[in-house]
Amino acid sequence: MNNEERQESQLSSPALALQMEEEIRATSPWKDTVRQLRKNKFALIGFIIIITFILVGLFAPLLTPYGYEQQVLQDRLKPPSAEHWLGTDDVGRDIFTRIAYGARISLQVGFFAVTGALIFGTLFGLIAGYFGRWVDMIISRIFDIMLAFPSILLAIAIVAILGASLQNALIAIAIINIPIFGRLVRSKVISLREEEFILAARAQGMKNGRIIFHHILPNSLAPIIVQTTLGFGTAILDAAALGFLGLGAQPPLPEWGKMLADSRDFIQLAPWTLIAPGLCIMLVVLGFNLIGDGLRDALDPRMKN
Amino acid sequence: MLSYTIRRLLMLIPVLLGMTLITFSIVHLIPGSPAQTILGQNATEAAIKSLEESMGLNESYFKQYFLYIKGLLQGDLGTSLKSKAPIVKEIWPYIAGTFELTFFAMVFAVFVGVNAGIISAWKQNSWFDFLAMFVALIGVSIPVFWLALMEQWIFAQELGWFPAHGRQNNRDPIEAITYFYVIDTFIKMDFTQMVTALKHLVLPSIALGTIPMAIIARMTRSTMLEVMQSDYIRTVRAKGSGQFLIIYKHALKNAMIPVLTVIGLQTGVLLGGAILTETIFSWPGIGRYIFDAINYRDYPVIQSGILVIAFIFVMINLIVDLLYTYIDPRIKY
Repeated sequence: MNNEERQESQLSSPALALQMEEEIRATSPWKDTVRQLRKNKFALIGFIIIITFILVGLFAPLLTPYGYEQQVLQDRLKPPSAEHWLGTDDVGRDIFTRIAYGARISLQVGFFAVTGALIFGTLFGLIAGYFGRWVDMIISRIFDIMLAFPSILLAIAIVAILGASLQNALIAIAIINIPIFGRLVRSKVISLREEEFILAARAQGMKNGRIIFHHILPNSLAPIIVQTTLGFGTAILDAAALGFLGLGAQPPLPEWGKMLADSRDFIQLAPWTLIAPGLCIMLVVLGFNLIGDGLRDALDPRMKN
Repeated sequence: MLSYTIRRLLMLIPVLLGMTLITFSIVHLIPGSPAQTILGQNATEAAIKSLEESMGLNESYFKQYFLYIKGLLQGDLGTSLKSKAPIVKEIWPYIAGTFELTFFAMVFAVFVGVNAGIISAWKQNSWFDFLAMFVALIGVSIPVFWLALMEQWIFAQELGWFPAHGRQNNRDPIEAITYFYVIDTFIKMDFTQMVTALKHLVLPSIALGTIPMAIIARMTRSTMLEVMQSDYIRTVRAKGSGQFLIIYKHALKNAMIPVLTVIGLQTGVLLGGAILTETIFSWPGIGRYIFDAINYRDYPVIQSGILVIAFIFVMINLIVDLLYTYIDPRIKY
């Protein structure tokens, strides 16, 4: 079905009439998005999950009487109880405490890695898409090369160069995400570049910088926002994977992936040491995925099925 | 078609060169002296000197890179610092191990993913649809390594259904011919060993295949829903074809195109995930090879291992791109 046909078939549908009515009521596209998002139950669940983890991370010192490094050797591998909600690990550290402080680490890594990738990716994407020709050639080829590696492998390569630490893992994750944002922005810019309103702006004598940041960027925001949200999830997953391989956070930092790696040998003896950290990684990633999917539906109604 | 194939092949050259530049940098961008890093803090001056010489680290970067490329073109992947053997000679069993694992993971992902997606679209909003999409949602969010650990705990240690480690029974090793153990045992007609090999594959394949399975299921569902509304499906239906035939013969063909893209992209996820899965299941594949090399600071192995995986990934994407035109002759380049 080509575009015209689709539009025609939509025009006759009652759903579209309803949608048009809504559009008239909406005052701005952002308000419209927020309203659509609030109607989406899955996205709401996602928000609740993420906000819960943010609060747990923020108020970790108030939620638990223990420190994340505090070892009580006679309390090793204790199952969940009233004193230790999620049990203790092999050196007698309270798992709930480590999970709560771990939320800080994971969310921060996700935030900083994605923000870094977002800034550089958007910048390179804008430059490549707007100026085209050899600039585009070079930037696009570099993106191609980076995307030719399975992403976690490239992250491993970068950490192998920089040395294993949480900070270097964060840098590696930011770098592997740059081409993802870059390509997205570039393709959006290329489709916008030929639009009449850009031509009009140029005819008014507007400078390139102003056209890029005041006209092209705001119009490319929707896919960037969706990718950013989904990016938080994958960044946290990658950070946990690097931590698990011993290439991310180093002991005694309570990073969730590292916690899993450290407790591997006790899987049969004390399964609770492995269930909680893994479940938390999954929940956070799920939360961001739910919000991301919801945003996509809200920002781009055509993607809905 | 031919001109497209040639153009697509030419485009590979800068990508492959760029890849070698990155793997080359793994050793040469290490801050300070690479030889010092590799040998550790307590290395003697003489040991550092000799390693620098054997790895050619004294030459200029340009010359080193040139020699690196020249070596690669002659099939020289360097020498492992740990085993002192040429990497080219010892890497094949690992590659075969990873291939076998990713192949079965992909079979699992495609078979389960496509069928779950089809049934979900067919019975839209049924309990199956909700359940399948819920599982798919969990599937895209679950960390591979955690899923692997949980599988190991439940199905290997608690229930004892499948082995938790390796590719074979170590007390009764499989005689290797191609190092694809399923094929090797088939050639030998040794079916008990074949069952052993397959049993070892079950848990790691499912762990590795879950994320692609979930993504393929979601993709198949949404494209199927779109295709099922198209005119030609209405025509087929008007002809009186049964639902099964409509879906599997007519609709699936068109729904497969975006799914194929996803399959191509997911191979990267699989190859990356293989490092984690292989580490957990002690699977002697290339991921495990790299992981051990990282712990041993065996940089030539890290370099070549990463290069080999990236090369495989690029080749698979090439095949997927060329397959498009075969599956859908309407696609012209």
